[in-house]
Order: sequence, then C-alpha cells, then structure tokens
Amino acid sequence: MKRFLIVTLISLFLIGFSITSAQRPYIAMISKGFQHQFWQAVKMGAEKAAKDLNVTITFEGPESEAMVDKQIEMLQAALAKKPAALCIAALDSKAVIPYLEKAHSMGIPVIGFDSGVDSDIPVTTVATDNIKAAGYAADMMAKFINRVGEVALVVHDQTSRTGIDRRDGFVNRIKQKYPLIKIVAIQYGGGDHLKSTDLAKAIIQAHPRLKGIFGANEGSAIGVINAVREMNKVGKIVVIGYDSGKQQIDAIKSGLMAGAITQNPVGMGYMAVEAAVKAIKGEKLPKFIDSGFYWYDKTNIDDPKIKQCLYE
Amino acid sequence: MAEKLSALFSKSGLRQILMFASLFLLFAFFSLASPNFLTYENVIAILLATCVNGLLALGVTFVIITGGIDLSIGTVMTISSVMSGVFITFWKLPVFVGVLGGILTGVLAGFINGTVISKMKLPPFIATLGMMMIAKGLALVVSGCKPIYFNDAPIFNKIAMGSILGSIFPGLGEFPNAILWFILFIIIAHIILTRTALGRYTFAIGSNEEAARLSGLNVDKWKTIIYALCGMFVGIAGVIMASRLNSAQPALGQGYELDAIAAVVIGGTSLRGGEGSIIGTVIGALIMSTLTNGLRILSVPQEWQIVVSGIIIIGAVYLDIIRRSREV
Repeated sequence: MKRFLIVTLISLFLIGFSITSAQRPYIAMISKGFQHQFWQAVKMGAEKAAKDLNVTITFEGPESEAMVDKQIEMLQAALAKKPAALCIAALDSKAVIPYLEKAHSMGIPVIGFDSGVDSDIPVTTVATDNIKAAGYAADMMAKFINRVGEVALVVHDQTSRTGIDRRDGFVNRIKQKYPLIKIVAIQYGGGDHLKSTDLAKAIIQAHPRLKGIFGANEGSAIGVINAVREMNKVGKIVVIGYDSGKQQIDAIKSGLMAGAITQNPVGMGYMAVEAAVKAIKGEKLPKFIDSGFYWYDKTNIDDPKIKQCLYE
Repeated sequence: MAEKLSALFSKSGLRQILMFASLFLLFAFFSLASPNFLTYENVIAILLATCVNGLLALGVTFVIITGGIDLSIGTVMTISSVMSGVFITFWKLPVFVGVLGGILTGVLAGFINGTVISKMKLPPFIATLGMMMIAKGLALVVSGCKPIYFNDAPIFNKIAMGSILGSIFPGLGEFPNAILWFILFIIIAHIILTRTALGRYTFAIGSNEEAARLSGLNVDKWKTIIYALCGMFVGIAGVIMASRLNSAQPALGQGYELDAIAAVVIGGTSLRGGEGSIIGTVIGALIMSTLTNGLRILSVPQEWQIVVSGIIIIGAVYLDIIRRSREV
C-alpha cells in the first residue's frame, strides 16, 4: 500500500512536471555563486525575464567561487533534466567544456553569462566588458586628481578574469592617456575586507604623496575606504570603487568615496534569459552581448536606473 | 650545525630572547629599507592588523599546547560576528548584549568541539573540521547570506575603532581601542596559562595525557573547558573584527585559522603539545603582520610575500624539531 502510494505520488509529480515543462520552455541557469548580492541581483533579472517571456528557469550556483567541482556537478544535474537552453557563468573557463560539448550534442543551446568560456559552443556570452568599465574608472580617477600624481590599485586577485581585466583596463588606460599619472602600487587582498584594509594602509604609508586608490571589487573598495578613514586621509585621497554594497553607497553619500563603477547584474540576468529564448527559437545572436556598466556617484545614486543595479 | 643550533635553542628563556631579537631585526631591516616604515602611524597600523589574528592565535595556543588543533576558529569567528549582528541589528538588543552574545557563540562552539573530542573521541582535526563547515553554513543561514551592518548602533564601531587612549593623551593621536583590548586579553591569557590550575592542566594534558589521567586529572572535563576557552577568544576576535569593519561579513573568515596557527607555531608553541607560551604567540603574530606590512611597504609583489611567509613558517618549525631532537 505504502509502496503504491509512493509510486503514484512520484508518477503524479513526473506528469505534473512534464506538463509544466511542455507548456513553458525550461532554462537551466548555473551561476558562480548564490550568497553574493551580485548573484542575487542577476537572479532577480533572470526571474523577471522568465516571467516576461513565459519560460521556466532554475538558478543555482556553488557557495564559493572556488568550488569548480561543485559547479560541474550542478552542470551535470542540469543536463540530466534536458533543458531547452543552458545558461552558464563558468568558474573555470576550461573545466566546463566537456559538459558544454555534451549539451551541444544533445542540441541544447548554451549561453554564457558574466564570463566567457574557451570554446565556440556558447551561442553568445552576456557579460560586463570589465576592461572598458575599468578604463572608465581610470578616466574618472584622472579627472578627480587633475591628471597628475600617484595612484594605487587594490585588486581582489591576480588570477581571475575579472581581477585581471579590471586591473589591466585601469592600468592601460592610465598608461595610454595620462602620462603624468604614475601607478605606484598594485596589491591583491582576495576581496577580503580586513586584509584589503590592512594592505591599503600599507600602500598609503609607503606612498605619502598618493592621490588616489582604485578598489577593484566590493571587498577591495571597502578595504580602501576603511584605510583612508583610519589613516585620516579623508578628502586627501580620491577613492574609486567597483561593484556595490551598503558601505560603498554610504561612503559615496558621505563623500568618502568619489564614485564607483557598477555592473548591471539585473540587466545581465535579464539579457541572458532573453538570449536563451532567442536561441531556442533559432534566432541568430551576436557572439558577445555587453550588459553594460554604470558610473555612480553622489549626483545620480538615487536615479532609479542606477538604483536597481545597486544592492545593499 | 644542527647540534650547535639545538644547544642554543634548548633554553626556552634564550629562545624567547631570540624571538624578540628576530622581531627587532625585522623592524630594523624594514626601517632601513624604507623611510615610510618606522612611523608612529605605521606601527599603529601593524598593531591593529595584528589584533584579530592575534586574538585567534591566543585562543588556539591553549588548544595546541594540549596537543590538539582547532581548525574551526576562522569560521567560528565569522558566526560570532554574525550573531552580534543578529542581536544588535535584527533584534535591536543593547550593544553589550550583542557583544556578549557574539562571545558566547564562540564559547558554545568551543564547548561543542571539546565535548565531541573528549566524549565522542573524535580526533581534534576531524571534529573541528566539521565545526568549521557547520559554523560557515550557519553564518550564511542566520545572516540570510547578506552582510549585517551596525549603522543603527554607532557605539559598536567604537569598541574597536574608538580611541580612549587618544582622548586621554591627545599626543597619541588615533590609538584604536582594538589594540587595548588585544593587550588586555594577552595579559588575561598569560595569567590563565601561567598562574592558574587550568594553565597547569593544559601543559599536563599536552605533555602526557595518559599520565595526567592516571594522576587523577579529569582530562575530558578540562579538555572541554580548554576548547571553550579557545572559543571565547575566537568570539572576542569576531566582535573586534565586526566592530572594525562596522559589519558582519558572513563569507569572511575561512583561511584565518591557518594564519593564526602559523603565528602560534612561529611563536615557538610545539604542534606536538606540552610546550608553548602566550608571549611567544604574540611575538609570532607580530612577526607575521610586521612581515606582511613591511613587504607591502617595500612593494614586494604579493606572490613573493606569500612565499616568504611560507619559508618563515617552515624555518620556525625546523628550529622546534632540532631543539626537540636534542632533548630526546
């Protein structure tokens, strides 16, 4: 009797599931994480697109951005569900390739988001052009220090794509356009607030004439803010950040931070699902879709367009 | 060579003098190498950077002297800071309740560690590895995966970043309270380890657990207390970190256990138990933060900073081994 009940329940569930999936295309989204506010915002955008475009999505990601293996397990599980399309923000641009090949052979279109994959399989990749965005941060830095003086960078790490692109985007723009600005230090704090604080303090100590610091992600930027405050350099050192978070927003409102670059996570999630729907219909897509970025500071922080990209 | 060295290091008093000397040499070296190193502000920065890691190291010193290990200190510190946030920001309780709650969270985690190790006989490495994950997960659960801010309770930030000393002696400028707390807890830890029964039992368990048991010591009970004591220091570290960052960051903390254990080992506490000192741990923690700060001021690439720290740790343990080989 018990067994019969279980079998009935399972088959009912399966029927129900196949009905819903028959009605609406199912898109599996695998992100790099879930606990970060950034991914929550991507998820929000994706869910909005799913509602607008009448598709079903699932959104999951490993708990830390180091868990490449966990993400691959999620990828495997997603493929087992035979989705109509697969959206992936790969933690490791090479490790996921065999699974993308499998998806390809199953006829499932793959859409990359946030970061690319070393393969031709993804029909498109929706991402922030970090080089472009960091270059814009460099322009703003130059503007605030009147195109002359010493600046430093606090970056999250020297191996990830975003770390490399934001660093190089900033550094190269300075080198190309601003000969009187000298980059005196580039240090890496792992995105850890406390470590970034202490290392930014050491940078300020080592370079007494420092005029500005660029913090390349949320943890780095908050570290820089803390350092400037703790060293009593408020107003003397221009701080430019990247990403969002309550502390950065507060720092901008109080004048501690000149401004910051934010990606467009909500838009990224939306565009990824939109691209997936187009791919399912067989429409042609460009190889790269720039989800854009915004510069925000005191003047536009309450603009609704900006506000939906900022997360506390 | 090894014998000569071991003869040198066999006296623990001499050893501590040598450790002071190496810290001094490190300071002298960086001061000569960069004019920006030896300034009041930078020394304060080094001391402040030592506080969180130093508090963790104080706690884990006790555990390591018993011959155990605690891998959960990094993430337990995180959940302690998160619990303070829950109490103060979510539940709107008074700040001192939040601080106490954070510290007690650490004590509770340590108590569970100790109970699992002494009653269920799990190896400390495994028990605390489990706790590391539990604390990490729970920190995410109770915080809702989001940082918790203390903006509604401005006094909380003052715990670590206010400057009582600076307001009494204006000449000192900004002298963060975190350093005062650190000094206070160094003294407390030192007194517990050297002047109390708990301290004596810590050494007794570490030197020879069986002998301690045979001489009538309730080893299980004292071990549990020692892990709980470690948890208390970890909880304090959590509160200090949250206060300094004015927020509890639920994803932070993993990896801090290794830095703290490294400080303890550099400080001459043997990973085989039975030997160690609070002064050593403090110097070990200071050596580590001085080294990172100094290398950063010299703009040594970070990759090499990590390599140098690794070499120092291996060197410190090697000194311990050659010293021991002489004794046996």
